[in-house]
Amino acid sequence: MNRNTFLGRAVSMYVDGFRGMTVGKRLWVIILVKLAILFLVFRLFFFPDLLQENYDNDADRADAVRRALTHGVGEKGIKTNN
Amino acid sequence: MEDLFSTVDWSRGQFALTAIVHWLFVPLSIGLSLIVGIMESIWLKTGKERWKRMAKFWMLLFGINFACGVATGLILEFEFGTNWSNYSWFVGDIFGAPLAIEGIVAFFLESTFIAVMFFGWNRVSPRFHLAATWLTAIGVCLSAYWILVANAWMQYPVGMEFDPAQMRNVMVSFADVALSPVAVNKFFHTVLSGWVLGAVFVVGVSCWFLLKKSNVDFAKDSMKIASWVGLAGIVLTIWTGDGSAVQVARVQPMKLAAMEGLYDGCCGQGLVAFGIINPDKERTDDKPAILGEISIPKGLSVLANHDAGSFVPGINDIINGVAIGADGDTVNTVGYAERIARGKQAQQALREYDAARQAGDVAAMDAATEALKADFRYFGYGYLDSVDEAVPPVALTFYAFRVMVMGGGYLLLFFIVMLFLSYRKPKTLENKWVTFFGLLTIPVVWIVSEAGWVTAEMGRQPWTIEGLLPTRAAVSAISASSVQVTFWMFVVVFAGLMVAEVSIMTREIAKATRKDLMKD
Repeated sequence: MNRNTFLGRAVSMYVDGFRGMTVGKRLWVIILVKLAILFLVFRLFFFPDLLQENYDNDADRADAVRRALTHGVGEKGIKTNN
Repeated sequence: MEDLFSTVDWSRGQFALTAIVHWLFVPLSIGLSLIVGIMESIWLKTGKERWKRMAKFWMLLFGINFACGVATGLILEFEFGTNWSNYSWFVGDIFGAPLAIEGIVAFFLESTFIAVMFFGWNRVSPRFHLAATWLTAIGVCLSAYWILVANAWMQYPVGMEFDPAQMRNVMVSFADVALSPVAVNKFFHTVLSGWVLGAVFVVGVSCWFLLKKSNVDFAKDSMKIASWVGLAGIVLTIWTGDGSAVQVARVQPMKLAAMEGLYDGCCGQGLVAFGIINPDKERTDDKPAILGEISIPKGLSVLANHDAGSFVPGINDIINGVAIGADGDTVNTVGYAERIARGKQAQQALREYDAARQAGDVAAMDAATEALKADFRYFGYGYLDSVDEAVPPVALTFYAFRVMVMGGGYLLLFFIVMLFLSYRKPKTLENKWVTFFGLLTIPVVWIVSEAGWVTAEMGRQPWTIEGLLPTRAAVSAISASSVQVTFWMFVVVFAGLMVAEVSIMTREIAKATRKDLMKD
């Protein structure tokens, strides 16, 4: 890439910056491990979006929440599933 | 365990844990980015290389903190969808819009200019680099603003209408939501407290240098800048805190009463300076609420209304419908027993709307919608079985408020002393007791900062959205055990993150004590 253009200079700044990192490399490892745990473990296996997963469209989701908020509020919360 | 803690409690605990951990990183980013910006500006103005070196060192610590804090806030959004699905749907686009703006701002502004900050020293002009540093600092604050807009809306819901067809709140005025007085005040109070935290961090780390007799001039110059930032920050934090107290007295009077452990208010109400919450106190008995109380005469009246003789309602007064009006006058509003009744009417109207909708009866739907509108502001009270359920946990709110206020007073004194020593007796800064206090103040400022959030969030219980949705209605139908599992997983992950951050941070600081930061 031509380093004399604005884009070329911007790209080379990033490339050289990443290459020259010292502490930054450890930080990137931490960021990537963290993002992997968040999205590949927590999000996939432990934190589903319940309404998104259990209902096909917004009307059904609204129905579910309406039922939940008008019937059966108890100590354990409200039933949102059918 | 299942018997002791319900899904609501575990979900609340998990949210609190996540938010507290997230807040360990955010204020340091806010404070350090400002201090780095000031140091770099001095470098550009004076041309003295040492300011550039100083800016670079503190920028490194800013970068470590920023990287370790990245995405910790995302977990809160995961929790909304899983643990708080009713709430997530009910808030509609009110929450979505600020969070989306925050995401865009955070991604584009911060990530772009942070790269220039770290990689661009020899690539862009000094002025462009300085602009990138300040834009990063502004980006951090703007991100915080939109999150605080969302939080403020939960404390003081405005600018929306509830649509029973969609079963969610619909934004009718973006300006009302974005410029809510609670949001604006919360933003300044929070960001300014970030200045204080960042300043204490810089002073504390500088004290470590002095203790190690390393980079003495570097440390003393850093302390001067940080102490000015800290002093300005704490004075302005106290000022915005005063504004916050006036607001809370009007929009969340129950929170103020809980902060003071005040059950029955009076004119010229004192402010509790010291006291222990009486664990045997019941709301309706005559036992003293606070043991060993030492009060500042008329202090609470001044705090709440800026009027020493004014009336401040206590928990019982508020339950009976006594409140403070917009002008600080005492007014009679709807009592909590009636709010509960009207909340139940609103919920009944929603049921009737649903029945009419299923029957295709448009006229009945319109009638039910009107009935719902009339009482919607009390919708959440319909979930309460008694007025006592509307009272926040008094002891925790009371103590958290005191930790915040007393800690704030200590920090004001701390910065005054540090500035005095920096200019009048700089040699004394190297005294081991001074450096010890500087180091000790690092954990203190984090405790004070978190205590502020505990006051704000525990004091608004039982509501996720004030008056509209209590936590027990907001939570999803999931088992407490599943939340327990993820709660403990978070504990492990967060502990690991903290160890990683602290070890990288301390390693870099230790490395810096072994070299001359003004030359190497």
